[in-house]
Amino acid sequence: MTEHMNLNQQLVLDTETDEKQFLTFMMDEEEYGIDILAVQEIRGWEPVTVIPNSPPFVKGAMNLRGTIVPIIDLRQRFGITHIGYGPLTVVIVVSVTLKEQDKLMGIVVDAVSDVYSISEEKAKDVPDFQDSDNAQFVHGLVNVGEKMVVLLNLKKVLDLHDKSCAKSNGG
Amino acid sequence: MSIDLSQFFDVFFEESFEGLDAMESELLNLEPGKEDQETINTIFRAAHSIKGGSGTFGFTAVSDFTHVLETLLDQIRNGQRQLVAEHVNLLLKAIDCLRAMLTALQAQEEPEQQEANELKQRFEAILNGENSTGVPEQAISEPEEQAALPITFQIDFKPLPYLFKTGNEPLYMIAELSELGELETQALHDEVPKLKQLNAEDCYLYWRFFLTTTRGESAIREIFEWVEDDAEITIVQCGGLFEEPDDHSESPNIPLSVPAEAELPVQAPEPSKMVQDNKEETVPVKDARKNTDPSTTSIRVGIDKVDSLINMVGELVITQAMLSQIGEQEITESSIAALQEGLAQLAHNTRDLQENVMRIRMLPISFVFSRFPRLVRDISQKLNKQVELKLIGEQTELDKTVMEKLSDPMVHLVRNSLDHGLETPEERIAQGKDPVGTVTLNAFHQGGNIVIEIMDDGKGLDTEKIRSKAIQNGLIQEQDELTVDEINELIFMPGFSTADNVSEISGRGVGMDVVRKNIQALNGSVEVSSEAGVGSTFTIRLPLTLAILDGQLVQVADHTYIIPLISIVESLQIDIAKVSNVGKGLQVLRLRDEYIPILRLYDIFNHKGAREELDKTLLVVVENDNYKVGILVDDLLAQQQVVIKSLEANYQRVDGISGATILGDGTVSLIIDISGLIKLSGLRRPGSSELLVDLKADEGIPA
Repeated sequence: MTEHMNLNQQLVLDTETDEKQFLTFMMDEEEYGIDILAVQEIRGWEPVTVIPNSPPFVKGAMNLRGTIVPIIDLRQRFGITHIGYGPLTVVIVVSVTLKEQDKLMGIVVDAVSDVYSISEEKAKDVPDFQDSDNAQFVHGLVNVGEKMVVLLNLKKVLDLHDKSCAKSNGG
Repeated sequence: MSIDLSQFFDVFFEESFEGLDAMESELLNLEPGKEDQETINTIFRAAHSIKGGSGTFGFTAVSDFTHVLETLLDQIRNGQRQLVAEHVNLLLKAIDCLRAMLTALQAQEEPEQQEANELKQRFEAILNGENSTGVPEQAISEPEEQAALPITFQIDFKPLPYLFKTGNEPLYMIAELSELGELETQALHDEVPKLKQLNAEDCYLYWRFFLTTTRGESAIREIFEWVEDDAEITIVQCGGLFEEPDDHSESPNIPLSVPAEAELPVQAPEPSKMVQDNKEETVPVKDARKNTDPSTTSIRVGIDKVDSLINMVGELVITQAMLSQIGEQEITESSIAALQEGLAQLAHNTRDLQENVMRIRMLPISFVFSRFPRLVRDISQKLNKQVELKLIGEQTELDKTVMEKLSDPMVHLVRNSLDHGLETPEERIAQGKDPVGTVTLNAFHQGGNIVIEIMDDGKGLDTEKIRSKAIQNGLIQEQDELTVDEINELIFMPGFSTADNVSEISGRGVGMDVVRKNIQALNGSVEVSSEAGVGSTFTIRLPLTLAILDGQLVQVADHTYIIPLISIVESLQIDIAKVSNVGKGLQVLRLRDEYIPILRLYDIFNHKGAREELDKTLLVVVENDNYKVGILVDDLLAQQQVVIKSLEANYQRVDGISGATILGDGTVSLIIDISGLIKLSGLRRPGSSELLVDLKADEGIPA
C-alpha cells in the first residue's frame, strides 16, 4: 500500500525516479492531487445507504462488488459548500492504511482532471497556514505549468477518528 | 544450505495438537488390563511423531519429555509391561503438560518446565522398574538422581558412514550429552580418508566421550536411541574421569591406540565450541518465528469437499461458455429461450456453489464433543460420582467460528450437570436408580438451526428453592404465580448468579447468565426443562453459521433496515389506548401483562420523514437478554436470508448497527444490533442498579 507517508522513503531507495504520478481532480475550481497508486477505481455517483449518526460528510455506504465501502464528500470534509450530485459527479475509490488496517473508501469530487508526474522536491514548498482547519489535509503545493495543484494527505483526510478534524465536521 | 525451519512450525504445532487430542481420546477408551493393541499403537505413534517433530525443530524440552512417555508406551506395546490405571492417569497428565508446553512454544514463550520435570521423574521411576504399580505418588516423584553419586562413563560412539542421510546430527547428541553432566569429548578422525576419496555426505568422524553424571546409563542410552541402528555405541562405566576403561573388547572398532594425547586439547575444544555455536544458532530461528502471525488460523477440509467444489466450478464454467455463446448469436425467439434456460442453470450452479463454499467452514461437532470425555472423567473422579457420557450426533456439522465460541458455554453446562445435577452413587442407589449416572450430549439439525441438548438423569432443578431464592433476591414477588418452566428460566437471570451460596441450595445458577449471554451473542438461545428426580435438559439452539442470518426487512422513512428474525417476538399494530407516557419522552405499550418500551427508530437514527403517528406505524417487539422492547417502524417488508458483511472493515463501528448486507438489487442495507440500539436509546436494563423500566415489578409505571 502506498501513501504519502511512504513517499519519501521510497524516493530515498529509488533515486532514479524521483517523480511520482498524481491523479488530480477538481473541487470548487481548485485542482487537488492524490497519489495515483492509492486509487483503486473511479465511478459515477450512485445513491448510497445512509449510515445513522455519522458525520455529515459521510454520505453513506456503497456496495463495491460485495464490499461495503463508505463514501465521503470531500467538499464537506473541507467545509466547502455542498453542491448537488449529478451524472458528472465522480467517486474515486481509494485505498488507505489507517491504524495498520487497509481500508477502501470512496471520495466524492466534482470531476477528475488529469494525471501529472510531479517531483517530490517541488512539492515541498508548503506555506505555513496554521490557522486553517484544512491545513492538516495538505501534503504540499506544487505548480504544474500555470496551475497550482494541492497535493492531499489522504490518510489525514480519511482518518475519521482524528480528533483534530472534529471541528471541521461541523457536528 | 540452511532451511528456515520456522516455516514448518505451524504445521508441526497443528499436527502435534491433533496428536495429543488423539492420544487423549484413545487413552480414555483404554481399560487397563483389557487394552487393545491397536489403541496402544495409535497412542505410541502419536507420541513418537511429536517427539520426532519437536526434536527436529529443536524443542528439546518437548522431545525429552515425550521420550519418556514413548519409552513407557513402547514397553507396554511390546508386552514388557502391563498397563495399569496409574499409567493412564500419568499419561493424561503428561498430555496436559505437553499441550501447555506446545502452547507456550507456539506463543513464542519459554514453556514451564517444573511440571514436566516432575512428571518426567515419575515416568523414569516407573521405567526403572522401581514401581510398576500402586506405590504412593510421593515415593515416585522423589527424584532418583539426588541420591545417586556421579559416575564417569566412557562412551564410544561410532556412527556408520550414512548417518547424515538418516537426518541425524551428532552435534545435537553431543549437546544433549553435555547437559547430563561434565563432558570430555575426543573426536577421532583416523578414519577420515584422503580428500580425493572423501564423500562429503558421509560421516567419517567418531567420538569418545567421558561423561561424569549422576544420571544413570539409561539417560545416556536415551540420547542415542534414535541412532541405535545406525552406529556402534558402547557405554562403559569407569571409576575416574580419565581412567582407562575396563574395555570388555566390546568396541573392537575403536582402536585402543587413541591418537596422540597431544591432539586431545586441540580436538576437544572444538566440539564444545560447536555446541556453543549451535546454541547461538537457535536464536535467529526463534526470531524468525516471531514474524509468522500466530493469529492466522487454518482449517482442514476433507478432500471430498474440495473435489465437489472443483466439479461445481467446472459446471459453472460450462454454463458461462454456453451463455457467452448465446450472447454472440443474433437475438431470436429461440435464443431467448436458450438464454433463459442458461440463466436458470447459472442460478442453480451459483446456489450449489454457495452452499458448498459455506460447507467448507463446517466441521463436525465432534471437535467440541471430543473434549468432554476427559472433562467428565476428571470431574467425576473429583466428585466421586460414576458417570457415563453418551455422545450422539457427533457428525452434525457446524460453522467453525460458532463452534469455537460454543465450547465454553457447553463446558459450563456439562460441569453443572455433573456437579449439581447428578447425585452420588449412594443417593442414586437409595432412589432405586442405576448408581452410574448418565450425561448425554446430543446434536442434530432442526430447520436452519443446530440444536444441542445436554441431558442428565440426575435430580433435576429444585423449583421451590429457586423460587424462594428469587423472591429473596427481588427477582419475583411473593404473590407471583409462576409455572415450573418460568421458575426454571430464572436461573438464567443475571441477579441469580451473583447471589451468595445459591449454588449450594438450588444446585444451579452460577454463571448461567453468562452462558445465556454467550449463546445469544451467537444469535442463539438456550432453554432448560427439568423434572424432579428424573433429570434436566438444557437445549441450545444456534444458527448454522454466523455469516448468514434470517432477517426481517423493515422500512423507516426512505431507509431499509434488517432486524434479525431470531430476536423478533412479534410485530403488531399499536392500540393507542394501551400506550402510556412515562416521564420525559418514554412511551410504553401495555401488551398482555407486560409493558413494552417503544423505541422510535427514526429518532434514534436521526432520520427525517418517517411516520411518527403511533396508529400509522408498526411495532416490532424484540427480545434481548430477556428484555423486550418495541421498535417503531414505518412498514414491514420481506423476510430473507442475508449474508452479513462487516461495516467496520472499511469504516468504523456504528452504534446500534451490527453489520451490513447487500440486497438483491445491489443496495446496501444495515443490520440492527438490538442491544446496541437499546443502549443508544438511553433505556436502561431492568434488574440493574439504574433501573428505569421493569417488566415484572411494575409499581413505578402507571397502568
